[in-house]
Amino acid sequence: MKLLSQLRSPAVRDSLGIGVAVGAAGLAFGTAAVAAGLSPAQALFLSLFMFTGASQFALVGVIAGGGSLVAGALGALLLGARNTLYGLRLADVLGYRGARRALAAHGVIDETTAVTLVQPDRESARTAFMTTYVVLGGFWVATTLVGALATERVSDIDAFGLDAVGPAIFLGLLWPRLREGGPRTWLIAGLGAGAALAATPFLPPGVPVLLAASAALLSFVGVGGRAPEGVGPCERSDGSHGSDASEGARP
Amino acid sequence: MTLWIALIATAAGCYLLKYAGLAAPRRLLDDPWLRRFATAVPLALLAALIAVQALGDGQALVWDTARMAGVGAALLALVLRAPFLVVVVAAAGTTAALRALGVG
Repeated sequence: MKLLSQLRSPAVRDSLGIGVAVGAAGLAFGTAAVAAGLSPAQALFLSLFMFTGASQFALVGVIAGGGSLVAGALGALLLGARNTLYGLRLADVLGYRGARRALAAHGVIDETTAVTLVQPDRESARTAFMTTYVVLGGFWVATTLVGALATERVSDIDAFGLDAVGPAIFLGLLWPRLREGGPRTWLIAGLGAGAALAATPFLPPGVPVLLAASAALLSFVGVGGRAPEGVGPCERSDGSHGSDASEGARP
Repeated sequence: MTLWIALIATAAGCYLLKYAGLAAPRRLLDDPWLRRFATAVPLALLAALIAVQALGDGQALVWDTARMAGVGAALLALVLRAPFLVVVVAAAGTTAALRALGVG
């Protein structure tokens, strides 16, 4: 009976839905990784241990373009730095210490943060965090393997339109931020895209994206005081964190 | 082998970034500069990644009609608030369908 009532709790229901939907996107990652030249074992390693989708896609994208590994790694780490901000917000809510904190850290990603921060108390926060982490992680790793193994047998990747999947995934992460954001949010994004395109013919693949990050410095000049609006799933001022998680974000 | 080392190092770095957030003093969140930087960097990075992956091919800039239509389909799906899987399938499906028809 306890299990049944737990399954019916909103924390578990939200977590299961998001975990399954987003976890299945590992199919696209496994495909992109093998298309970029990684082995299925390497794709699996990234989904298991790096476990933060945007960084994984960014790294694999640079490798696919023939760019330097250092540039790819730096891009992945810069993107992964937003998880640090999530961790800062989750620390008090979850209240984990020691080994449990070290284990939970691996699960700090967009979706677990979004689902956890809307819970009313610590117990449901922990339930939501762990359910999303385990379900999403399990699906993410399993579908990565399926995508990687299937892609190994396909000779013409382009025929399946898989080169459109990378941009679509990043667009899915960016869009909620733009929709919630003001003019400055659009300006930073526009300058980032423009700088990267302008630098592409002159710099090795991967480096233009790093250069574009300097567009973010714009948020430091001019109108002081306020952070840019539209800052992702966990940063809404009105406290409604729920919708993003079911729409666009992924690990 | 070099590739494995890069993957392991990047994965370790990504884990440490996550752990640092859970373990750091929470008052860092009150620092407006840190907040601003942490929210602005992903914006610029994601936009740059979209642009480069949609229009770049190594160091060349190319217009691939089928691929751009796929990105457009993804945008349309997002505007209509479709679930994430629909967004991805719309992108790949549109591009694949156009290529099958001989476009791009």
